[in-house]
Amino acid sequence: MATVVDIRNLTIAYGNGPPVLSGFSATLPEHSFTCVVGSSGVGKSTLLRVIAELVPPAGGEVVVPDRGHDDTSRPFALVFQEPRLLPWRRVIDNVAFGLEGMALSHQQRLSRATDALALVGLAEHAGRWPHQLSGGQRQRVNLARALAVRPRLLLLDEPFSALDAITRHALQGELLRLARETGTSFLFVTHDLDEAVFLADRVIVLGGRPARVTRDFAVTMPHPRQRDDSGFVDHVRDLRVALSELLVDGGGI
Amino acid sequence: MNGGKQGALAAAGLAAFLLIWEAVPRFGLASPFFVPPPSDLPLTFWRELSGGYWGAAVGDSLGHYLMGLAIGTSLGVALGVATALSRRLECLLSWVVRLLRPVPGLAWVPFAIIWFGISERAATFIIVIGVLWINYYAAFAAARAVDRDFLELADAFGQGGHWSKLVKIILPGASGGILAGVRTGLGQAWMAVVAAEMFGIHGVGQRMMQASSLLATDVVLVYMVTIAALFGLTDALFVLIRDRVLAWQR
Repeated sequence: MATVVDIRNLTIAYGNGPPVLSGFSATLPEHSFTCVVGSSGVGKSTLLRVIAELVPPAGGEVVVPDRGHDDTSRPFALVFQEPRLLPWRRVIDNVAFGLEGMALSHQQRLSRATDALALVGLAEHAGRWPHQLSGGQRQRVNLARALAVRPRLLLLDEPFSALDAITRHALQGELLRLARETGTSFLFVTHDLDEAVFLADRVIVLGGRPARVTRDFAVTMPHPRQRDDSGFVDHVRDLRVALSELLVDGGGI
Repeated sequence: MNGGKQGALAAAGLAAFLLIWEAVPRFGLASPFFVPPPSDLPLTFWRELSGGYWGAAVGDSLGHYLMGLAIGTSLGVALGVATALSRRLECLLSWVVRLLRPVPGLAWVPFAIIWFGISERAATFIIVIGVLWINYYAAFAAARAVDRDFLELADAFGQGGHWSKLVKIILPGASGGILAGVRTGLGQAWMAVVAAEMFGIHGVGQRMMQASSLLATDVVLVYMVTIAALFGLTDALFVLIRDRVLAWQR
């Protein structure tokens, strides 16, 4: 399958400080769902920002073989940890935000934003202000804004961490539906092991100081995955053990 | 207290105020020259209006007001936002601002007259100074307080240009604070109008000076009430517009 992004030997540091993450390599193919797991401070969020070209890496490179040939999509789109909706824009205009720099007519922008909003099930909320939405709905708009630019890779920065368990589980299920329907690849950062095993077909574990890739394994269970299934529970336990070993070995906290 | 009770109490307060005011000259506690009774005002107002003085004075004052307000507000907001966005500009201007800011608008009157003569431009200049700093500080604080995360959002979604960030993030994000400054300026500008015109530039202020030199204190009062009414009107209009612009706020 075609490669969406090839991350080669990436090093991440804050300012001129020592690296927090080094030697990170991963090739993400089309239609893939990858979760990156690690405790706080291993540079997970920054990793996404480096891939999105918002922050330069301290070393290594991010290669995008095919950036698309027109100006109506973006290779990457970021889903932030908090909704980060512009409060002075109605929901539909928040979703259209990333389309405004593109070679699209007003009508095309509106129809793409409407489609994206329908994908996350909020079509009837288009005319609302962000403050009129619930936390889960805002996070859906955050997601729709990223989907609207038709990215080849969606970068998600713990987007469900602030939601209650019921809403979180509902959105996780929807995310898998979106992955099927849109054909976009997902790179999902989280510290929630259960979430990683539920969503991903590949889990990359970061640990140590500076952090490195310590585990990189495929999750082959079919969807929809059941959280009380023994295979699921085993996977989560393995991950927890892997991470706690890291904390002991690496003195990482 | 419910709304009706509050309104009744406020009306009662105003009525008592007017009654006491009326009583003081009527019962000979003070000369009507010093304290013209409010019941004289409607007739005085009618004389000013029918003689054409009121319309001419208010028209000219409104002209000064709007011109000075427009220039002072745009200049103050532009400077405030620019300073908030550029550390370099902030440093460059910090001592200049500290030097000029405490000088009251009225202190510029001699220079206004030397530079512009007794002219509309002199009045406009005084009003510009009167509202400039209020808007400068309001816009500076508001633009500085815009959530930096929104700028990262703009970068992440292909809106990272300076112009896009200014128009799509900074200005709307700062609009609440900027408009609060503009509103304060609306009141300040009326003070500046009267002060500037007292030096002989035609308008409400000049008419008040003329009247007071003739001891026509009732005429002075008519214009005092006029200014209060004009301020009330401009403020109410502004609030209407502001509430539309800021409909997105809770």
